[in-house]
Amino acid sequence: MTTIAPEESALEAVFDATVAADERIEPRDWMPDAYRSTLIRQIAQHAHSEIIGMQPEANWITRAPSLRRKAILMAKVQDEAGHGLYLYSAAETLGTSRDELLDKLHTGRQKYSSIFNYPTLTWADVGAIGWLVDGAAITNQVPLCRCSYGPYARAMVRICKEESFHQRQGYELLLALSRGTEAQHAMAQDAVDRWWWPSLMMFGPPDDESAHSAQSMAWKIKRHSNDELRQRFVDICVPQAEALGLTLPDPDLSWNEERGHHDFGPIDWTEFWEVLKGNGPCNAQRITRRRRAHEDGAWVREAAAAHAAKHGKADQ
Amino acid sequence: MTNLTRTPALALGDDALILSHRLGEWAGHAPVLEEEVALANIALDLLGQARILLSLAGDEDELAYLREERQFCNVQLVEQPNGDFAHTIARQLYFSLYQQLLFDHLATGGSELAPLAAKAVKETAYHRDHAEQWTLRLGDGTDESHTRMQRGLDALWRFTGELFEPVDALDAPWQALRDEWTARLTAVLERATLTVPQGPQHGAWAAGAGRQGLHTEPFGRMLAEMQHLHRSHPGATW
Repeated sequence: MTTIAPEESALEAVFDATVAADERIEPRDWMPDAYRSTLIRQIAQHAHSEIIGMQPEANWITRAPSLRRKAILMAKVQDEAGHGLYLYSAAETLGTSRDELLDKLHTGRQKYSSIFNYPTLTWADVGAIGWLVDGAAITNQVPLCRCSYGPYARAMVRICKEESFHQRQGYELLLALSRGTEAQHAMAQDAVDRWWWPSLMMFGPPDDESAHSAQSMAWKIKRHSNDELRQRFVDICVPQAEALGLTLPDPDLSWNEERGHHDFGPIDWTEFWEVLKGNGPCNAQRITRRRRAHEDGAWVREAAAAHAAKHGKADQ
Repeated sequence: MTNLTRTPALALGDDALILSHRLGEWAGHAPVLEEEVALANIALDLLGQARILLSLAGDEDELAYLREERQFCNVQLVEQPNGDFAHTIARQLYFSLYQQLLFDHLATGGSELAPLAAKAVKETAYHRDHAEQWTLRLGDGTDESHTRMQRGLDALWRFTGELFEPVDALDAPWQALRDEWTARLTAVLERATLTVPQGPQHGAWAAGAGRQGLHTEPFGRMLAEMQHLHRSHPGATW
């Protein structure tokens, strides 16, 4: 049994008071080890999701059907790389390094969002990802702008602005398809049918099965429970789907006057856990591609380091 | 738009469109995250230039998606596959040096392309700087990176002559541009401990091949991918 040194309990009291007052914890402040490691895990996995999330969309860059759409998609994938960079920087303020975190991603010791293990089979999937996947991400991430850890909260402010823009563009892409030819409309409906349930799974397991939720909420890293956010998302999407002229693939979806929310059907948690364990449609492909990009790039990174060593930073 | 400007707008627009497409293929494959951002940034700039130039010549999507291989008039250099990172940088160095010199010239002229060129010179200066910095790092980095960079430069050298073949209706001092390009390239390669490639600056095709719609084999496959979806839905809007 360890006894907490007097100065440590004083530090902990300061930390608790800061969190209780809704003020921010900054990198040089004392923080509990478990708070630090929870944040490293969460921010890293968030960063990894941005990086892996480039793949399903980049899959369509070379096939985008108009130059305007191609430019929008390229800009979006570029933003995702930028978001990954902000988030790795935020994680580094907690005393880890980007190299270490990437290594954990490449060796499967850290995860990324399960949604990116689904394939993009048609152009409409690019729109469905923008509308539903980015929409779910925003619902999750807006409360993180008030997260107790300052660097993470500030990264989220920037990221959420750009994500909202992407989400509107995805919605607009689907709207163009929905109002287009019969074949385009069918393509849009098929994409929504395939992405709806996986998007609901992005909020994580139900509250009674969520391992980290209670502690994260106490630390004000998280502000709302998984199920609360999922409900909020469903309530937002139903009228948007109507405006799009598309249906959501859930026969149990209906307005519940009493609750003031939409009821919706059961989520296939078996599928969720399988994808999380690595058995989704694209898990192997995504991680192999990422690892290969890193391995193929090793000689480039070595060259940059060797050049810097010869010529000093000024030449970088 | 006069017919006189249509030919150069298409030529320069196709150069930018096709190189942008090739750079877009790097998304998710770059050696470091910073290069994901940089390569996409350059690809976007080029796509922006392509859209302006093609719109001067007609409808941008019709021109990009509904022309056959024989109707594209980009230089063969920009359609070459990415290869490794050094190969991509070599292509980028050759092209951005050329594009910066040409656009600098056009920006001060009175042609209909002057406004576009004036906007694009800033972007092109950034592209050239990016390519030069990487040429220095790779050339004067490790033995492996030096070998790869030299290999990329050598492999693409035979597509550089076409850059300075006169384009119909585009008034430029081609020989002077070529001399300046050679001088600047030589200076960069010397600093990077690399050698300016020897040998012909043209492939098997006659001079001006790409500009006349005579392309290399990888180009048709690239177009098939680029145009497939658009062509599968005739008349659709996106």
